[in-house]
Amino acid sequence: MGLSFDLLINAVVAGILLGGFYTAVTIGVSISFGILDIVNIAHPAFIILGSYIAYIVNQTFGIDPILTSIVMMPVFYLLGAGVYQIYYEAFEKRGQESLRGLSFFFGLLFVTEVILILVFGVDYRYVEAWYIGPSWHLGVIDLPLRMLVPCLVALALFGALQLFLSQTFIGRAISAVAQDQLALRLMAASPTRIKRIAFGISIATTAVAGALLIIIQPVEPSVGREYIGRVFAICVLGGLGSLPGTVIGAMLLGIVESFTSTFYGPSWAPAVAFGVLLLTLAFRPAGLLGR
Amino acid sequence: MPLLEVTRLSKRFGGFVALDEINLAVAEGERVGLIGPNGSGKSTLVNCICGTLVNETGMVRFAGEKIDGLLTHERTRRGLARSFQLPRPFATLTVADNLRVPLLYTVNARRSPALKPFELDARCAELLTLVGLSAKGAKLPRDLTQVEMRKLELARAMAAEPKLLIADEAMAGLSQSEVDDIVGLLIRLNEGGITIILIEHIMRAVMRFSQRLVVLVSGRKIADGQPDQVIRDPAVERAYLGQ
Amino acid sequence: MQNGMFLLVSAVVAVAVFFGARLVNNDYVFFAGYTVLQFIVLATAWNILGGYTGYVNFGSAAFFAMGAYATVFFHKLHPLPIPVLILIGGVVSGVVGLGMGYLTLRLRGAFFAIATLALAVVLATFVVNWDYVGGSRGAYIIRPNEIAPIGPYIQYLFLLMLSLVVLALACARGIERSQLGYGFATIRDDELAAEASGVPTLRLKLVATTLSGALMGMAGAPFPYYIGYLQPSSAFGLEYAVNSIAMPMIGGTTSWVGPLIGAVLLGSLQQIATVTISSAVNLLIVGLLLVGFVIIAPNGIVGLVQDRLRRREK
Repeated sequence: MGLSFDLLINAVVAGILLGGFYTAVTIGVSISFGILDIVNIAHPAFIILGSYIAYIVNQTFGIDPILTSIVMMPVFYLLGAGVYQIYYEAFEKRGQESLRGLSFFFGLLFVTEVILILVFGVDYRYVEAWYIGPSWHLGVIDLPLRMLVPCLVALALFGALQLFLSQTFIGRAISAVAQDQLALRLMAASPTRIKRIAFGISIATTAVAGALLIIIQPVEPSVGREYIGRVFAICVLGGLGSLPGTVIGAMLLGIVESFTSTFYGPSWAPAVAFGVLLLTLAFRPAGLLGR
Repeated sequence: MPLLEVTRLSKRFGGFVALDEINLAVAEGERVGLIGPNGSGKSTLVNCICGTLVNETGMVRFAGEKIDGLLTHERTRRGLARSFQLPRPFATLTVADNLRVPLLYTVNARRSPALKPFELDARCAELLTLVGLSAKGAKLPRDLTQVEMRKLELARAMAAEPKLLIADEAMAGLSQSEVDDIVGLLIRLNEGGITIILIEHIMRAVMRFSQRLVVLVSGRKIADGQPDQVIRDPAVERAYLGQ
Repeated sequence: MQNGMFLLVSAVVAVAVFFGARLVNNDYVFFAGYTVLQFIVLATAWNILGGYTGYVNFGSAAFFAMGAYATVFFHKLHPLPIPVLILIGGVVSGVVGLGMGYLTLRLRGAFFAIATLALAVVLATFVVNWDYVGGSRGAYIIRPNEIAPIGPYIQYLFLLMLSLVVLALACARGIERSQLGYGFATIRDDELAAEASGVPTLRLKLVATTLSGALMGMAGAPFPYYIGYLQPSSAFGLEYAVNSIAMPMIGGTTSWVGPLIGAVLLGSLQQIATVTISSAVNLLIVGLLLVGFVIIAPNGIVGLVQDRLRRREK
């Protein structure tokens, strides 16, 4: 294995760009699982939904997918709020979150995938945009724009969310809801309403993540399942509930996957995330930055 | 040799110090009351003693044996039982079956020959009568009142035939006569040989029950001695100002 | 009814079913019936861990597929009679269940569930890259046409699966009524209180995972002979994960009867739907039923019946 410097540094850079994208994919789960303690394994299904919506709009009107996703964010927010309401009424109120809640989300994941197969078939779909195709070059480093643009958008999304959670009243209430529901009530904020807003936000992020996904790679309905492992691996790796931890976890996983792909071949890539997850759960379940 | 010996036990949650170098020794046969304001660390202490939480520093010895590395069920099998502050019944089992579980998994695990089914039934019935729940044996916990659930919680801890029973606020919400009943029951259990640590806010019950009184404030033990002396301790009065 | 008696009765019923099927004189009954029986075993196995103990396993496909691939491995190495392969499948999947359980069961149930998903993908990736068992191209298993004294080979497979059904149901029912059943129920209801009552929760969870995995592996072992051509996508298919969750949840998770009802109902429904409509639609129906039942009737069909009976008592 001739370890050329070029290959190495490009693998690292590709990993970082990938990691940036993974941040967008995971940031919603960081909220729903890390803060709200809801195991939404259907999160990737919403992402794929976002991808297909971006695809339709791009095909029909030629509109840029990222633009579409920003417009779709409020719609996805309402969808998320609705899903949370069902979840709350059916499970959280009755105290049966674990078995039934998990089955509910699993069912959602599955149903979404099957509906997409029925409507769109199993062919790969892709979008077209000016930044898909060209690459910048920084010396020996390749920066494909179709990776760079999503990475930058993802980091912007992260920045916006981090600001929101730390500076606004609702944002701080969301961060607090995990720890002190009584204090929230005393501040005349209803924990249920706060959680609903938070979950809505978490699903709103999937609109953006979905658009970014279909920019980076062609999409077909079962792609979502690969991301379940990645999403939870990053969350656990970065430490639950820590948004900055999510970025670090995402970067790490991106780099590990990039190396595996470059040096061992892409057919091993799905196993990497899941393998990392299993190892982290087994040996350091609090994550690298965990509380 | 004390039955329970807690030495310099500390527990933190992130930056928050829940317990700070707690020392506590309980002799066999004693009746110890543990009081303190809300959030002073009483339940955290119980959780550390029983293994539900792992303490950062310090040591817990039970009957001379260091039990720090042991899982909760192993400590229960050695004779250390506790009731939970918020009752945690087994929701899909009947009230009687709730009591059967510790009999099967603790009592039967300790003795041979194991109790036979009819003996198990008899013990369940006995325990139910002891706490006044004999009419409710076939019901599910969700059909019980709050007060009955607390009694079930206590009965389940007693079912494990412990040497040391830690009763964590078993009497909240009970009427005066019910409180007296439970205190009487606990004193009788104690006279039968069980060492008891009672964690309570109801001062009447604590004063009547305890031979020794320990006070916890903000994770520190500030008093430990004769109940009537501890009550008059100015530090204790200050801690309870406004209570 | 004592365990031995139940075993006898169910064996008699199984034999009756077998000969009843032979009377119909149509091989399709055996092919379709095999699938339903397979689902009964998978659903029952899933329920031991999911319904009794409360730990959700999303990776049923992995345990099933490992039984199947163990068969493929031995078929290429040195063919063995299927009952032996069933035992091997059980051992392999049981050991994997034990290992995975040991890694993850000390964590919360949600982590275990996610870990099972992870396991399924990791194992699938390994198999896809393992050429000896065919890799992504798949493996052909040529099955004999007939086997004496039964006749058509599919009937032999059907009979084997029937015996697995009897075994699985007897197992589940036996656990339900035993001390182990109480232990599992307390883990499901309140693990912390269970530990405080002396229940060795980790040990019991490992028993549940191992047993559940082993039964699934046993169900998977004859599969290559049934299907003739084994591909990772079919062995590790998501329909196994969904069905092994949906069938107990719809049938009812608190009793051994639930998975049986769920598997028979849903399995038959799917056979009909696949033939009349399409396999994608039939999966959609399963998914929608799962979501619907989980929200509206969390205790499944068994729960609905029990509620009706209880109301009539009052």
